[in-house]
Amino acid sequence: MSADTLSTAQRDDLRTIAAMIVPESAEYKVPGADDRAIQADILATLGRDTEQVRAALDHLARLAGKPLAELDTAQRDQVAKEFRATGGAAAATLVRVVLQCYYRDDRVLRSLGNELRAPFPKGHTLEQGDWSLLDPVKARPATLRRAP
Amino acid sequence: MNDPVDVLIIGAGASGAAVAWSLAETKMHILCLEQGGWMNPAEYPSTGRDWEAKFYSDWSTSPNVRGRPEDYPINDDNSPIKVVNFNAVGGSTVMYTAHWPRLHPSDFKVKTLDGVADDWPIDYDALTPFFEENDRMMGVSGLTGDPRSPLTHPPMPPQPLGLSGPLIGKAMNKLGWHWWPSDTTVATMDYEGRARCINLGHCTPACAQGAKASTDITYWPHAIRAGVELKTHCRVREILTNEQGMASGVVYYDKDGVEQFQPAEVVIIACNGVGTPRLLLNSVSGRFPNGLANSSGLVGKNLMFHPYAQIYGFVKEPTDSNRAPPTCLWSKEFYDTDLSRGFVRGYGIQFGRGAGPVFEAVASEQKGILPWGADHHRVFRRLNGHRLAVSAICEDLPEEHNRVTLDPVLKDSHGISAPKIDYTISDNSRKMMEHGLARGREILEAAGATDICTNSPIPWGGWHLLGTARMGTDPARSVVNEWGRSHDVKNLFIVDGSVFVTSGGVNPTSTIQAIALYIADQMKQRLANLFD
Repeated sequence: MSADTLSTAQRDDLRTIAAMIVPESAEYKVPGADDRAIQADILATLGRDTEQVRAALDHLARLAGKPLAELDTAQRDQVAKEFRATGGAAAATLVRVVLQCYYRDDRVLRSLGNELRAPFPKGHTLEQGDWSLLDPVKARPATLRRAP
Repeated sequence: MNDPVDVLIIGAGASGAAVAWSLAETKMHILCLEQGGWMNPAEYPSTGRDWEAKFYSDWSTSPNVRGRPEDYPINDDNSPIKVVNFNAVGGSTVMYTAHWPRLHPSDFKVKTLDGVADDWPIDYDALTPFFEENDRMMGVSGLTGDPRSPLTHPPMPPQPLGLSGPLIGKAMNKLGWHWWPSDTTVATMDYEGRARCINLGHCTPACAQGAKASTDITYWPHAIRAGVELKTHCRVREILTNEQGMASGVVYYDKDGVEQFQPAEVVIIACNGVGTPRLLLNSVSGRFPNGLANSSGLVGKNLMFHPYAQIYGFVKEPTDSNRAPPTCLWSKEFYDTDLSRGFVRGYGIQFGRGAGPVFEAVASEQKGILPWGADHHRVFRRLNGHRLAVSAICEDLPEEHNRVTLDPVLKDSHGISAPKIDYTISDNSRKMMEHGLARGREILEAAGATDICTNSPIPWGGWHLLGTARMGTDPARSVVNEWGRSHDVKNLFIVDGSVFVTSGGVNPTSTIQAIALYIADQMKQRLANLFD
């Protein structure tokens, strides 16, 4: 996906709204979703979501009336609230695109305690758990409904 | 023109693979045409860091979202439950949860027992040997002895309970309700060339390890070694008939898009409860103006999904998240009819172990429990890795107004009319779903869960496509007879979920394959007079 998939204004608004969805946190040592690398990932992998994200950003621009970043905090919050409430499938797609790129970023996964790898080929270890919990169920009589 | 074959099977999924393997011993010339191709496990989602994102695009369960060339579009705008499937060698067994209950004996006698719908023309006992054979072929894990399910003999031990299983088990014990480790087609030990499960977690959209049974790695290698021919990327447009009203073969588009005619002595359809009526309705001729095998007018009617009423919440303890197969336990506590509940028939419950971080973030944001802004991180860490889910899989009863027809406008990439779904959830099913949600809430609360949310129905939950070419002894009330042969066309058979008379309250793939094996066995026993 080329960098000009979205206009400059759309990219600016995307960055601003992404930071509103997931802001940077010093407490958890994670970037915001407006982080340069995460934004680059979003733009590079928009793919089949491009049209919906464009539509969402057009909707956002109409609600804001000017670049989102130029609104004061209260105005921005109001626009964001309206955007999520009225943006339908397009807004949902934009939010999902932001979150799916955010929650695969190495820094974020590290903060969550996840390993930085694909599930395959290492997989995961699953403990057996306490099978004695099944004893009360085994103790009950069979009650399979009979068929004539 | 291609050389004639003895048997032509359309579709290489759950039922097509089983029937192909079973018939191979006859040494007839058997050809299967499949619109999809062979899948490459090295390209499955769990091999990449973007494994969760793929669930929203190339590996979506919805063919409309996925839009691979092998898929066909489905107009399901007029249905609260959207059709999900997969088109490839292996069909939707490539992309399923591998949950492996069987229909119960009582499910075949609903008219007699409960005065609704119709009894099946066959019973559980007729299928028992084929359930067992199928479990061996697919490779099933589980624990024998469930007091509320038909007796099974899984060749492998059950999946570990992990972290989520004991939380669910304790809650169910507190309530005094039935629960049991699910039979699944996830290999828990090395089995017939398949490697054991290593808990890739994201196993619904295909298993890169090969631990989850899909027919491309179970039945098909055996069937091909036994001489069955399988042609991929061949999409059948219609079945043709001759002057005697017998099927003469099919018209299909080959991998290069070239129209071909394939003559056959016997045609077997294995295209699922949407694809099969679509093909029959597209097979119109002067003799069959309303579609093939449709003298009853029931082709496409009586479509049954299983409406899923899902409820989930978040516990303080860590759950298995994405580090285990998604389902491991079931309950049959509310499976049988109890009219005091306000509905007839019942539902099975399947429990969900958890979800990965992307899914959790997206789903929780959509539900409004994961906020934007500064509190996002704190709340996300409370939710992520703490999810437990309860899904009531509700028995859908047949209703003729729930149906598959041909869309007048929408077509697939070969210009073949696409299916259109008209479906509403019945009052009985709605009451069942409400009951399931209420009981699910009790379970979650017994487990200590908070932030409880529901999906009822699960909108993209149309996995189970049943009833649209039902079996029966009366040609006026059914499409195929009690051994799968069309009442109207004596050399045409249907072996997929279309033939279901009722749906039961469990995932149907085990029963679909047992029926396919049963029909194949019936055919083998009747080879000398198959068309009488």
